[in-house]
Amino acid sequence: MPVQDISDNKAFLTEKVIKNYSGIFDKSSLSRIASIRRDTVDRPVIYIGTGTCGIISGAKSTLDKVRKFIAENKIEASIIEVGCNGFCSAEPLLDIQLPGKTRLSFHNVTEDKAEDVLNSALHHTVQADLVLGQYRQAGLEEWPNVRLIDNLPWFSLQTRHILKNAGIISPASIEEYIVRGGYKSLYKTVLNYPADKICEIIEQSELKGRAGGGFLTGRKWKIALDTAGDQKYMICNADESDPGAFMDRAIIESDPHRVIEGLAIASYAIGASQAIIYVRSDYENPLKVLEYAIKQAREYGLIGEDIFGSGFSLSINIRRGAGAFVCGEETALITSLEGQRGLPKSKPPFPAEKGLWGQPTVINNVETLANIPGILENGPGWFKSMGTQSSKGTKLFSVAGKAASTGFIEVPMGISFSSIIYDIAGGVRDGNALKAVQLGGPSGVCIPPAELDTPLDFEALSGIGAKLGLGGLVILDDKTCMVNLTRYFIDFLQKESCGKCIPCREGTRKMLDILNGITKRPKEESAHETLERFKGVVQLENLAHVISDTSLCGLGQNAPNPVLSSLKWFREEFEEHIFDRRCPAGVCHDLRTFYIDVDPCTGCNICQKKCPENAIIGSVKMPHFIIESKCTGCGICFDVCKFSAIYFK
Amino acid sequence: MLLTIEINGQQVSAKRGETILTVLNRIGVKVPTLCFFGSLSPTGSCRMCVVEVEGLTHLVPACSHQVEEWMQIHTHSPRVLKARKALVELLLANHPDDCLYCDRNGSCELQDLSEELQVRERRYPSSHKPVQIDKTCASIQRDPGKCVLCGRCSRVCTEIIGISAIDSVGRGSSTRIGTSYNKGLNYHACVKCGQCIMSCPTAALTERKSLPRVIEALGNPDLYPVVQFSPTVPGAIAEEFGLKSNKDIMNILRSALKKIGFRQSFDVSLASDITIMEEAALFLERWPRKTTLFTSCCPSWVRYIEVFRPEFVEYLSPVKSPQQIMGALIKQYITSSAGIKSEKVFVVSVMPCTSKKTEADVEGNGTRSVDAVITIRELVKLIRLLGIDLNNLEPEPAENAFSISSSSGRLFGVSGGHLEGLMRSIHFLNTGQELNPIKINDLRGLKPKKESRMRINKLPVNVVAVNGLANAIALMDEIAAGRDDIHIVEVMACPGGCINGGGQKIGTDEKMLKSRMKALYDIDEEEIVKVAHKNPTLNELFDKFLSKPNSERNREVLHKDRSKIISE
Repeated sequence: MPVQDISDNKAFLTEKVIKNYSGIFDKSSLSRIASIRRDTVDRPVIYIGTGTCGIISGAKSTLDKVRKFIAENKIEASIIEVGCNGFCSAEPLLDIQLPGKTRLSFHNVTEDKAEDVLNSALHHTVQADLVLGQYRQAGLEEWPNVRLIDNLPWFSLQTRHILKNAGIISPASIEEYIVRGGYKSLYKTVLNYPADKICEIIEQSELKGRAGGGFLTGRKWKIALDTAGDQKYMICNADESDPGAFMDRAIIESDPHRVIEGLAIASYAIGASQAIIYVRSDYENPLKVLEYAIKQAREYGLIGEDIFGSGFSLSINIRRGAGAFVCGEETALITSLEGQRGLPKSKPPFPAEKGLWGQPTVINNVETLANIPGILENGPGWFKSMGTQSSKGTKLFSVAGKAASTGFIEVPMGISFSSIIYDIAGGVRDGNALKAVQLGGPSGVCIPPAELDTPLDFEALSGIGAKLGLGGLVILDDKTCMVNLTRYFIDFLQKESCGKCIPCREGTRKMLDILNGITKRPKEESAHETLERFKGVVQLENLAHVISDTSLCGLGQNAPNPVLSSLKWFREEFEEHIFDRRCPAGVCHDLRTFYIDVDPCTGCNICQKKCPENAIIGSVKMPHFIIESKCTGCGICFDVCKFSAIYFK
Repeated sequence: MLLTIEINGQQVSAKRGETILTVLNRIGVKVPTLCFFGSLSPTGSCRMCVVEVEGLTHLVPACSHQVEEWMQIHTHSPRVLKARKALVELLLANHPDDCLYCDRNGSCELQDLSEELQVRERRYPSSHKPVQIDKTCASIQRDPGKCVLCGRCSRVCTEIIGISAIDSVGRGSSTRIGTSYNKGLNYHACVKCGQCIMSCPTAALTERKSLPRVIEALGNPDLYPVVQFSPTVPGAIAEEFGLKSNKDIMNILRSALKKIGFRQSFDVSLASDITIMEEAALFLERWPRKTTLFTSCCPSWVRYIEVFRPEFVEYLSPVKSPQQIMGALIKQYITSSAGIKSEKVFVVSVMPCTSKKTEADVEGNGTRSVDAVITIRELVKLIRLLGIDLNNLEPEPAENAFSISSSSGRLFGVSGGHLEGLMRSIHFLNTGQELNPIKINDLRGLKPKKESRMRINKLPVNVVAVNGLANAIALMDEIAAGRDDIHIVEVMACPGGCINGGGQKIGTDEKMLKSRMKALYDIDEEEIVKVAHKNPTLNELFDKFLSKPNSERNREVLHKDRSKIISE
């Protein structure tokens, strides 16, 4: 591939590619586009997924190893860092594209395997145990005996529009985004449509906000457009803070320009000349990617003054959030942007009427905005044709926890839980039984296997008392204690509560106290403590309803969800903890009672020495015994016993 | 625009933009509130005022939710009552159970809420842990353990005072109202005005008590305890004990103070008269050359200038505050001329102010002019402690010769009063004629900023009286930006002036403020001596002890070198 001058490409892409409505190009343009798209390469190209998920799995070391290998062997090859294609459990992902051949993808290529993979691939052989598949690329020679990547269960059931470039293109290259149809929608928008028309198109598409609220995006834009203001603001909420949800991060890392384009169109639609991307500052890599992408877009004149000569100007700035969970709530996000403590405010007034600095402000999350270019490119009817009656389009889900495969996926709205878990993610890891699926972040709910056929859309979920939230799915196997899990979420929420309103601040703490009472063993089980524990349990449900009824913002209103849903579907597990003082999953350490089996016990004395409570008695070479009243259930004896003589109930 | 809504089944008309609470108050439906406080911006954080609106999933706070056409509101439905009660119980679960030992026993809003919602059982186990009490400050004591995090104090400190000395820190259940870097109140920006105490629903913020020291001094036969009181005290005592605030009340107060054990009592207004004479002389010495004088009677204002605007310290009047002048006079002249050794004299001042406690501590160069400062609230507790029945007390006229003060001196209790008295004397001293009319209406009333453009000898004198420190800060911004047409600025940090000081009765509302203000204006109507320069006692003092106003002798006794900024 001849190295082309960037400025050269810039003129070509902005003048010829973006502005080409027909999609018909002359021959030289076509070959130029093909080379930017890397449809044809003249020397080997190695792609490594260096999104955050890749880095965690060791992609940076793999990358170093690859560089070293190429330098040492004097191989003429390009190395491209891409984002993530969503198959995170297969990271580090390494792709190789040889001239004339299809792109070949390898999974779990850690540092030690990189050399072998490269060596064999460059010699046109394939390491069978590590190959993930090959891409479908017309006109190129296929690798024999290698399945197509889109036939993998993980990919075959997905409908990838937002993720269409994810893991394929370099997030650092605006050119690759443009030759794949990028920024065309923005061009069309600012030159051909008045702002209210854009709001109308988006409303027609029935796109709903992807951050949980489920409000019609187009309608929200229209309110902001119709509200008078000196300076309107468009905010992209990238403060993704649900543990277990990482789709927004992944979109930014894999295809940042899609978000920027969506943000620019949204700004135009509401009449904002200032846009802000609010990113949590621990998202180091996405921040870097975004900063660079914005710089590129500015250089290309796609944001800035008088875009495409339309008279529309837009500046995009990044603001870093300090990582408070509550700052994902839009009013808290705004107060945080204003330099105040990130506290939510009562609504109404809604931000679309009175937001940042008192001006009309629209806040959309990353995924919502990433949908926009596609809707404008293909029309609202196309978007509406996907999904269900109440929820249109596709939705990103992250699949985490005990699934056989984990990562993030894009599927049409209305797909069932079981389809995601069993057909896409390959079921539960290690052949364990599925206990529940946790949906919607810490204030989400745990859905039992009986409800797995529920379609994932706004309406059906609210029918079973759940909320879509950001779309984080955590698969839980039968080794999970639901009481302890509920306790964990409430602990998270009470720590992350902003502390402003009483029900959320005091109520979540009280719920935590009550749950702690259930899962922990007090120093002395006196009558008083038992009474207090039962009193707490009696109040738990009551309290949960009051918290949800009176809290100021969504965080508090949804905080009791884990308690209420677990009580609804896993009540008997709570009862076992409360009445029998027993944790069936064996997770709540304090509730375990340990025993010594006299037959295998050799009297080695180690357990007695290690017991911090002096609860074990016995002479050397004679079987030992545990004094139940002294045992706190810590499990140290269980861990140190070499003869498997200790068991618990 | 009027709209009709339904409240508890009754059709009610409301204005667009009004909050539900405003409508409820108008039609006489009472819902409990906690974080809502007077003129402060509603935050909707305590949720105590929640009401049920048909069609909405969640309960909404009446204080911050605006009415809308379609609303059908239930203010006391079972769902609402259950929620409110649970909220109070949650607060109680995190509150020390020490009502009987508490400073606010009987005047606590949490107690009232608990009673109103009939909390009779502890359903949620207590999670209260003892917390370190902040006693670093001589004026204000913070007990975060009793804080219910309503945020009223921090909003007062930000919105009314403009300092933000305290604000929320931490999050979740570790949220607390804290100071910067978790240091004590004394270590940072706090101006000690005590408005936070006035806003606190519980005893999380109280004045730092000087009462024990006073009681000890009263019982010490070696000491000669005397008391001076602010011109706002007689009215406040009348209000507290249900007496008429007329001429007699001054003498009833003197009688009560004598019963308490003070050997002599002095009205600080005499010192206010001296302040007027000194400042008038000081002003006329410079005027009509360009000059700006800031009054310095309010120690919170002085502290603000010293800490935040040290470049303006030279504008501050060098004259000490009336409390310090009076203390100095008592110790150096009045008692010693009666043959009592000054080290035996124990001067107590009763003030509507918490800032005066710190002022008495930091001024004096080792020898204290004032030995203890108690707030009006503390005096009330003392009167009750000693079983003094004010309703059956014989009024007792002042015994000493230093009891005469002009009504100008009394006006120091209300915002604009200091300026009014000062202008009267400046006018007379410059022209030889009394100001006519003697009332300056421009400077009266509760408005936060009052300007008066006067002419003396056909030359302009522009004066501004500001109350509420935040308003003074805004004025300082104007001055710093170049505004130079003002000759004298009077600042009282508390909104309304000392009649609403941090040492006044908790629960002071606008109605009470107006009546306190009126009482002082009434005194000005009735009093024969209306101007400082006609106060006969002053002449005696200037002749025998002091010298001419702004003379070297007077500067030595009455002025303070403001170039030495207190360093704390």
